Amino acid sequence: MSEENNILVKLNNVGLLRNKKWLVKGVSLTVERGQIVTLIGPNGSGKSTTAKIAIGIHKNIEGKVEKFTNKIGYVPQKISIDWTLPLRVNDFMVLTENLSDEAINEALSLTGAEHLKHKSLGNLSGGEFQRVLLARAVSKKPELLVLDEPVQGVDFTGEIALYKLIKEISEKLNCGILLISHDLHTVMSATDFVLCLNGHVCCSGTPKDVAMNNEYKVLFGEQASQTLSIYEHKHDHTHSDDGEIKKN
Amino acid sequence: MFDDFFIRALVAGIGVAFVTGPLGCFVVWRRLSYFGDTLAHSALLGVTMALAFEINIAISIFIISSVIAIILVKLEKNTNLPGDALLGLLAHSALAVGLVVIGFLSFIRFDVMGLLFGDILAVNVDDLIIIWGGGAIILIVLKLIWKPLFASTVNYELAEAEGLNPDRAKAIFTILMAAIIAISIKIVGLLLITGMLIIPTAMARNLSDTPRKMVVYSILGGLLSVLIGLFSSLEFNTPSGPSIIAAALFLFIISLFKIKQTIQLKN
Repeated sequence: MSEENNILVKLNNVGLLRNKKWLVKGVSLTVERGQIVTLIGPNGSGKSTTAKIAIGIHKNIEGKVEKFTNKIGYVPQKISIDWTLPLRVNDFMVLTENLSDEAINEALSLTGAEHLKHKSLGNLSGGEFQRVLLARAVSKKPELLVLDEPVQGVDFTGEIALYKLIKEISEKLNCGILLISHDLHTVMSATDFVLCLNGHVCCSGTPKDVAMNNEYKVLFGEQASQTLSIYEHKHDHTHSDDGEIKKN
Repeated sequence: MFDDFFIRALVAGIGVAFVTGPLGCFVVWRRLSYFGDTLAHSALLGVTMALAFEINIAISIFIISSVIAIILVKLEKNTNLPGDALLGLLAHSALAVGLVVIGFLSFIRFDVMGLLFGDILAVNVDDLIIIWGGGAIILIVLKLIWKPLFASTVNYELAEAEGLNPDRAKAIFTILMAAIIAISIKIVGLLLITGMLIIPTAMARNLSDTPRKMVVYSILGGLLSVLIGLFSSLEFNTPSGPSIIAAALFLFIISLFKIKQTIQLKN
């Protein structure tokens, strides 16, 4: 039964029909506590749609969604703040839940955004805003984090640091993470389970399984597959230091 | 104390300003000024209903405005027309039907100008009770739905994803809009209610960097507008509603200088 209790959200063969077109169809996935599940796929493949189905933004769907938690932190792909609303980072942090000042500071410093606390949201750069969004989602100590392209616009070094942070958060809070990303190689290193979408589930499994999959190769090209094998190769290499078989 | 018509008007105006301040902020943030206008236009129909069936004007306006709001939501879902076209359709239809009905009610005499632009002479003690009682209820309800309403104003999907039920908050807010129009019609008149909601808030936006400040300044701006407007209305014998809105405009213009200063400081 304990395994059952670890499941945070379970999608069973879900699909969404809009204007007589299936945005996604036949997607099944589960996110468990402490697990990072990543959705990859080309533009328009239904990654964001799947995430929105999982957290209940899209209603009137086919199939079944079972949610076992209400403590959800969400970083949407696109968010525009209207200039008519004077909003500082500080106000934005407590948007959906009241937090103590310490909790706000802690979350902001976690994502390297503590210096932005009193800045107006409209004056942030894309990368800064992304850090604030992530901090806000994490600050509520959610059980399920849904991150839709969480590091877009963040500089390269920051990107690596934030992915590392996401991994740390999943361990520290023991929360489940549903991650959407374009950066295949960076994401793969921290992911437990990958779903490759293209309107339907094209393939799924561990990062290694997916990289080997022929459909994946067709979708992303040989090169993408190699990106992953490079990663896997590194993995093998560290093993070889322990005296295991050396591979090239 | 409430024997003097002017005291009554002041007390009524102050009560209205306390409520239009915070509601006006949401009207501006959520871009609902034409929605407010539509509800206000439909108030004319409410007034004629009240006269025809001899019920309380505020209650009648509240009911008609709520019905119009519900019709709007249904039309938005079931037609392919853009929101502003639907608003225009409803606003002018309601106004026209209201005026046609007035034509049929020729046996009743009432002051159309007072209805359109507000009439301080007409405020009686019953109106004060409705304004302050209704206003208090509106503010309490707004306080209760503040979190989901504000969060969904910033971003609907965030609010929905994190379990705040923004649709319910939006529906309740719509009812509050109908209610504020119902209680403030005697003070500013139906053509100018949206001005009372928007202009003090616009002034507040120029002076604020946080939502809380914007709400506070918006209330203060509304109060000042009511005071200045009513006193000048008494002094120059001008209609109360336009005087209040003109005062609000005056405050807004002053607030523009503050923006200029801040921009200069930044440079």
